[in-house]
Amino acid sequence: MTTIELSQRTITYREAINEALDLEMARDDRVILFGEDVSGAPHSEEERHFDAWGGVLGVTKGLAGKHGRERVIDTPITESAFIGAGVGAAATGMRPVVELMFIGFMGVCLDQIINQAAKMRYMFGGKAKIPLVIRTMTGAGFRAAAQHSDSPYSTFCHFPGLKVVAPSNPADAKGLLAAAIRDDDPVIFCENKVLYDTPGPVPEGEYVVPLGEASVPREGDDVTIVAISRMVGVAHQAADSLASSGVNTEIVDLRSLAPLDTDTVLASIRKTGRLVVVDEDNPRCSVATDIAALAATQAMEYLAAPVKLVTAPHTPVPFSPVLEDAYVPTPERVVEAVRATLA
Amino acid sequence: MDMDRNSLVEAYRRMRTIREFEDRLHKDFAGGEIPGFVHLYAGEEAVAVGLCSHLGDGDFITSTHRGHGHCIAKGVDTAGMMAEIYGKAPGSCNGKGGSMHIADVDKGMLGANGIVGGGPPLACGAALSAKKRGTDNVVICFFGDGASNQGTTLEGMNLAGVWKLPVVFVCENNGYAETTSYKYSVSGTDIAARARGFGMPSVAVDGLDFFAVAEAAGEAIARARRGEGPTFIEAQTYRYYGHFEGDSIAYRDREEEESFRSRDCLSRFRQTVTSQGLVEAADLDAIDGAVAAEIEQAVTDALSAPDPSLDSLTTDVYVDFPASQLWMFQDEPVRV
Repeated sequence: MTTIELSQRTITYREAINEALDLEMARDDRVILFGEDVSGAPHSEEERHFDAWGGVLGVTKGLAGKHGRERVIDTPITESAFIGAGVGAAATGMRPVVELMFIGFMGVCLDQIINQAAKMRYMFGGKAKIPLVIRTMTGAGFRAAAQHSDSPYSTFCHFPGLKVVAPSNPADAKGLLAAAIRDDDPVIFCENKVLYDTPGPVPEGEYVVPLGEASVPREGDDVTIVAISRMVGVAHQAADSLASSGVNTEIVDLRSLAPLDTDTVLASIRKTGRLVVVDEDNPRCSVATDIAALAATQAMEYLAAPVKLVTAPHTPVPFSPVLEDAYVPTPERVVEAVRATLA
Repeated sequence: MDMDRNSLVEAYRRMRTIREFEDRLHKDFAGGEIPGFVHLYAGEEAVAVGLCSHLGDGDFITSTHRGHGHCIAKGVDTAGMMAEIYGKAPGSCNGKGGSMHIADVDKGMLGANGIVGGGPPLACGAALSAKKRGTDNVVICFFGDGASNQGTTLEGMNLAGVWKLPVVFVCENNGYAETTSYKYSVSGTDIAARARGFGMPSVAVDGLDFFAVAEAAGEAIARARRGEGPTFIEAQTYRYYGHFEGDSIAYRDREEEESFRSRDCLSRFRQTVTSQGLVEAADLDAIDGAVAAEIEQAVTDALSAPDPSLDSLTTDVYVDFPASQLWMFQDEPVRV
């Protein structure tokens, strides 16, 4: 397992992603960025207008100024065309990083992702490589309602040919994005927008967090909580609360959803005998149900209690703050689930 | 139209190869020899070859479900193609793509495509790549009258205009999207006119006339190579066979078919070059014979070629991925 040497320097999740893009663009001329408003004001050649926006939540701000508009390219609002252009550019020698603003917008351009990017290498008998990264935002909590807030990363895990990553903290975000950009397969890089302002220790300079390796940010003997993205923080809150009553929780942060680090998940289940999965995605056909299936097929004899899932309900993300807060898994629900496995 | 003798001979050889390849598939499909579906390009040869005559290996094309002609015009090996269509190991895609996904990226052929309108975004990306890599390579984006109604095609034309990409959009209007006439499905019916709305030059040409296609293609490709952006060509053509093999073509009149066949692109090409003394008829006859032998050999080889190994079921999904996760939650089946 790769562990990152933590420095004293603290930057946000947003800054960590920006730094990874900056370093990878400096490292490799083939890396280009495009998407809606990734610099902003493309109609103007005045330097003061460069980086007028830097993406809708400012993640790419500064990159057009550093690397030029030839490499940080604004697109029209035309997801099918520019996601597909990412596939075509990747198949012909570039390493594009394309921004699909919100993951819900996959509905506009899904063909280019699932029928072109994902299947091309296989359909061509292995004679093509698609080193494409699609950065996209997931996550409820912004009062942005159903089409801008969900986390359906399991959709992409379903399709052979795609890799899917969902970092939970700034250091992983930087290292996983660098790994995704250097990877020769198409990677869906899911950024939880609620985490953008979250600070954390992040090493300076280049490093990668390999795809397909989970981390264990908290070790314990009593129960395993497997969590994804922002839910890792929720798991930590639950674990702190459980610790006060003597329950030692182990947390597995999946980091990569495809490939999945089954070894780390299974090792933890075998150690603790209890499993709770926390996932902000809807419950059907999800990464959470995958983890439950993994436990059932490969670690059943180690389980001392039924597996518990803590997920969003099978509903779209609601708008009303009261309802949205009830949609997202909470530490209290996780604690309750853990206690059920211990009963 | 200024083409030297060698170029004319090569253009004829490629058109003749497409016709022979497709006629042979038509015959063998009826005999039950071919798995799956094939969509044949016979009748439309002048379009693919008229465009691709101007290209080198560094140039790219995107194609359609009716892609055999584009492959041959771009120089993809017919033996590999035939083996692919039979689902055999030595196929262009190792038997994993079939007729609808034949590709040869090294030859600049970015794949036939089972999705109508799947290609234009990919073409934009290949053109962006050509530009960013500092080449003067171009991309030809072939699609049909059916795809002219897809959002991806219109979005691709817009993006190519905005980014001034070296793309030539080629609409092969063969009259029918599956069974539906463009006179029903294309509002306004003037496909070439749509492109002008995106600010690019656009022409409609007789797609059965190799020289008309090649001339329009030459101008469009030169313009793209000069960095002046995309051009649109609507090539009005006709497919001799059905949408796919097995289609009874009940939606077309025989008189209409005959009127197009009487303007056959290969016959007209032969007539033009021999009457003007550019190529001797005997030389064209020799090409006919050589092509027939080549396709006969391709079929013979495909029939006797080995099937893909069962292990290859799970290869080439990714460049790098844990093999155990391709049979997630289960043991890999034991093969006997």
